[in-house]
Amino acid sequence: MALDPITLAVIRGGLEQIADEMDATLERMAFSPVISDGFDRASGIYHVRDGEVIMQGPRGLPNFICVMEITVRSVIERVKDFQEGDVFIVNDPYLGGTHLMDVKMVRPFFYKGKLTAFLANSGHWPDIGGRVPGGFSTRATEIYQEGLRLPPVRIMAGGKLNQEVLDIILHNVRVSAERQGDIIAKITALNLGADRLTKLLDRYGEATVFEAVDEMKARSERLMRSHIETIPDGTYEFTDYIDSDGVEWEPLALRLKLTVSGSDVHVDFSESSPPCRGPLNSVFSTTLAGVFITFKHIFPDVPINAGCFVPIKVNIPTTTFLHAQPPRPVAGCAAEVCQRVIDVMLGALSQAIPEKAYAAPMGTVTNLSVGGENPGRGYYVFYSFIGGGYGGNFQTDGLINGNPTIAVARTQALEIFEFRYPVLFTRYTIREGSGGAGERRGGYGVIFEFMIRDGDASVSLLGERGRFAPFGILGGRSAQSAEHVFTLNGEEFRPEHITKDEGVHMRPGDVLSLRTPGGGGYGDPYERPTELVLQDVRRGYYDRQAALRDYGVRIQPDAWVVDADSTRMLRANRSQSGDDAGDA
Amino acid sequence: MGTLVGVDIGGTFTDVVVLDEARLELRIGKVATTPDDQSLGLIAALDGLQVSYPAIDLVTHGTTVATNAVLERDGGRCGLIATRGFRDILELRRRDRPHMYGLTGSFEPLIPRDRRLEVTERMAAEGDILTPLCEEEVLEAGRLLLAQWVEAIVISFMNSYANPEHERRAKEILQAEWPHLYVVTSSETLPVFREFERTSTAVVNAYVQPNVGYYLESLEERLSEQGYTNDLFIMQSNGGMMSSASVRDLPLNTVLSGPAAGVIAATRIAAEHGFSNLITYDMGGTSLDVSLVQDGKPLPSSGMDLEFGIPLMVSMIDIHTIGAGGGSIARIDQGGLLQVGPQSAGAEPGPVCYGKNGTAPTLTDANLILGRINPNYPIAGVAGPSFDVTGARAVVTEAIGKPLGLSTEQAAQAIVTVANNRIAGSLRRVSIDKGHDPREFTLFSFGGSGPLHVGYLLRELSIGQGIVPYYPGIASAWGCVIADRRHDFVTMQNTLLSDLDLAAVENTLAEHLAAGEAMLAGENVPLERVTVIREADISYEGQTHVIRTALPAGDLSHESIAASFRSAYLQHYGRVEEGFGGLEELLDQIPIRLLNLRTAVIGVRTNVRLKDFVPAPATTLAEARKEERPVFVDDGFITSPIYDRAKLPWDAKFAGPALIEQADTTIWLEPWCRATVAEGGSLMIEVT
Repeated sequence: MALDPITLAVIRGGLEQIADEMDATLERMAFSPVISDGFDRASGIYHVRDGEVIMQGPRGLPNFICVMEITVRSVIERVKDFQEGDVFIVNDPYLGGTHLMDVKMVRPFFYKGKLTAFLANSGHWPDIGGRVPGGFSTRATEIYQEGLRLPPVRIMAGGKLNQEVLDIILHNVRVSAERQGDIIAKITALNLGADRLTKLLDRYGEATVFEAVDEMKARSERLMRSHIETIPDGTYEFTDYIDSDGVEWEPLALRLKLTVSGSDVHVDFSESSPPCRGPLNSVFSTTLAGVFITFKHIFPDVPINAGCFVPIKVNIPTTTFLHAQPPRPVAGCAAEVCQRVIDVMLGALSQAIPEKAYAAPMGTVTNLSVGGENPGRGYYVFYSFIGGGYGGNFQTDGLINGNPTIAVARTQALEIFEFRYPVLFTRYTIREGSGGAGERRGGYGVIFEFMIRDGDASVSLLGERGRFAPFGILGGRSAQSAEHVFTLNGEEFRPEHITKDEGVHMRPGDVLSLRTPGGGGYGDPYERPTELVLQDVRRGYYDRQAALRDYGVRIQPDAWVVDADSTRMLRANRSQSGDDAGDA
Repeated sequence: MGTLVGVDIGGTFTDVVVLDEARLELRIGKVATTPDDQSLGLIAALDGLQVSYPAIDLVTHGTTVATNAVLERDGGRCGLIATRGFRDILELRRRDRPHMYGLTGSFEPLIPRDRRLEVTERMAAEGDILTPLCEEEVLEAGRLLLAQWVEAIVISFMNSYANPEHERRAKEILQAEWPHLYVVTSSETLPVFREFERTSTAVVNAYVQPNVGYYLESLEERLSEQGYTNDLFIMQSNGGMMSSASVRDLPLNTVLSGPAAGVIAATRIAAEHGFSNLITYDMGGTSLDVSLVQDGKPLPSSGMDLEFGIPLMVSMIDIHTIGAGGGSIARIDQGGLLQVGPQSAGAEPGPVCYGKNGTAPTLTDANLILGRINPNYPIAGVAGPSFDVTGARAVVTEAIGKPLGLSTEQAAQAIVTVANNRIAGSLRRVSIDKGHDPREFTLFSFGGSGPLHVGYLLRELSIGQGIVPYYPGIASAWGCVIADRRHDFVTMQNTLLSDLDLAAVENTLAEHLAAGEAMLAGENVPLERVTVIREADISYEGQTHVIRTALPAGDLSHESIAASFRSAYLQHYGRVEEGFGGLEELLDQIPIRLLNLRTAVIGVRTNVRLKDFVPAPATTLAEARKEERPVFVDDGFITSPIYDRAKLPWDAKFAGPALIEQADTTIWLEPWCRATVAEGGSLMIEVT
């Protein structure tokens, strides 16, 4: 190897900082709260040859791991005349995208007059037009209903703003003034990246930098292979389901066959359900992202670049809903289907490597969009998504109120919602009892409940796990599934598809209560130390009855004391009778 | 003119500076920290310098007691009273996870769920009462919490930033019933929106209060037993000091006490030599603290995460900390790459060479093997009379050399290089990442381990000049002695600039000033003058992130505030060669929102200059040169002269390689560097 390891480390650090700084600039300048407060954004540097990812920002949204590489490749395939100062805007899910709300920008990067790399970023807009505010229609049957779909077009041409394209966009999205600010933020972040990358190339020379890029790729591949070699060879199968596509009340199966052979992995989803009518289809890039994110969650130390995922081959044919073709609707792919892909991957891998196993996390982000007229303050749209519990795992109990496994997005402060929009929260608490019992129990979901204060609102909900709860492993129990309840004009209303509905009309005083799933349990609950069960009950995570029923622990009715004799007997009898309380 | 004492207590060492202003005399002391009762080490250090306690005019102290209480989960037993439906805010956080990749880890809030209760009340975002406070429930909650033996109660209600009346009333009710109970409300701690951050900040304050209160009490008692009669002052994270009485109410202001003192020392010592733009780094045994000083002012920050899920939002110096120090452990990861830190061998067992049963190779071991540290000269006697070089060599060879196929010296050099790159990365993060070009800055190097790395960092970051102060190892204690007094205030405004009531703004700023002046007046320390910094957090409408903008001097107008913001905004984000490409015009169409008003009231003390306390030595460069030692550089040993720092004459110039030894640190002058001794003994280092 010609390049010394120290120069390699320095160039690697330099590239990482460029991507990180692009993320930071985008996030701080953004107007979309989903980007600025929710971190639903990513930035990266891509290879001029084929768009391969060279570096993605270390704090960038995991969901975009491979998606942006495919976006850049689509731009390279469709555009032949790149000019210095061009910036392309694109959100077509079928060209390496997710849902339409994730708007990407790609900037060809010229060094000394020559096209040398691509810079790109992505960020979630609160609205992209379409039949419902926020873009999460649950009854769309074609992508045309979901919003404005942009192939790669120049928003900046030769360093000048393309006002005509900007006008088309602003005429087609709700609350368009704010989007103008997001466009500025994205372009500025790319400009800054170009400036920094030029300086890095000046400093170390183009040849050396790209030698380092090749070496980084080779090293990531080697490291990933060394991890895969620790997984016993074999074929591991796992199946889980999407509740429904929002249109037809039929489950969609994800049937995974994962084969490990030496340092290679083959991921086969070919037996999964066919494409569906409603918006729970996934595009290839998003399904692939789910596969890759799982490996990063299991082996977090492998640096992300094109080499990281070379050992992983997939079979995701277009005959499945996991590789849909236009014009299938896809609004549920990024946040819902992608998480289920991760769940089944975790389920299969937990059989192969129990020493790194996770019970299922909540597996849904419960996309909530609310749009309406705030009397005296104009039209508004807000988008949020709600956390849930993580699965118990080889190290710890599951986290309470984790963010989606595909993201690092945080919820905004409730006080900011109340300040900006005519809503009043009535409850935001731990959803007691929602985590699966286990030696290491699942984390808990939340109850997120609000009332409309003023003006009429149109509410859309695109969630999951209302029917098929997050599973436990190794004897752990499954979690509670989601349950969402509207109170409209004093009457309770539950959506037909449990977690999915669109355009629900809410009037002042109406309430929506979202109750999200916990995570599955890990290991036999009877093995959970009694003092931890006592502590759980004291904290109100579950009650005495559940302690007795699920954990075989009797707590005195009027004191915080475990009835030791009775508990010993309960636990001993269960293990003698060989009765298996776990459902996994 | 009097005797001033500065004390900084870190994880490894307790440093003391005693300054006699009249006699221009400076004494320094360094002893091992006494973790169980830090005041013991403090008194031991002062006794070691034979200080006459009754003659001391002022003691200022940098402490880690507050931070340790949180990190070691050793703070007070607190209860929380929240709005009905919202007691879990503290535990739900903002919905996140400890690590980006990997789904392990759980979270224990500082107040567990069984000590968090709810009462009926509700404020609207506009400050209107939607549901009146149920006073009986407040009393009942107080009873239930006291039955659980809480020492303090935090009250945090929704939207209390907009109207604190319910919180105030609840506090009044509790204090009327239990006059000695410590009660803190979220709105008095941090009157701004974001319920989780506000609650967390108030909870941290209540949680660390018993530890800080008890510690200060015992320290004051010990000092007064010895005859010290004046007030004790504590360094705050904002770089100013505050009386211990005020700190007892606001202990949350002390989490970065010691590191902030270090930045203040760096700022002032560099100013003595005419430098006002600095990147400072303070590297000790376990951690590296980096910050940026622009135009003589450390960059401010409005908060930090103490650890996962525990944000603390108070005005502080922006200090970036990573786990990198002399005790950082070197290891080979699964991908075959050498990693150094963030794990540390700490003070116990410490590096292998300390001979205290340490088994993991550390950065200090590597520097010792390379000949950069004197084997017969351990700092403050941590390792007895001499270092265990044989032990260090054996461990570095076994753990690093053999797996990588390197000789012992090559392995040690690889450890130092990897560490240097981590330090460099951290320096970039506070400079380049925030839009500052490091080449426009001076590198200020201090801490017990910092000056070993200065030459490498200068070259790596293309920084023109480095400064190593005369006492790099006790800079934080020096910062305590010279710090100004400072009180920060924030009031939320949250209005569009076009709707801003300028008279009300002037009023708020005047209230801040009056409160700050009152606090200064209540503290008996002579001041030269009072200066005031007035700033506002401003953004374009719809943005989350604000730019801290200096308010224009003189009468405020909507236009002048807008102009200040616009120029701050472009400076912050527009530092790219092509600028915004005409996008500024789009920005100008967007309304501007003013979120918070901030005031810092600073009691400026008489300027004390370190250089006035360091007498010029009467020795020559030749006399300062004591011996030679082989140092491993670029794959071979070269011979490096060793200088005694105390004997280096001012204006002396010499080239690397050179080692400069002194009681509190060693400076390694790389072969590509040269040094000049400035007035006051500071070393000015350049890359040749």
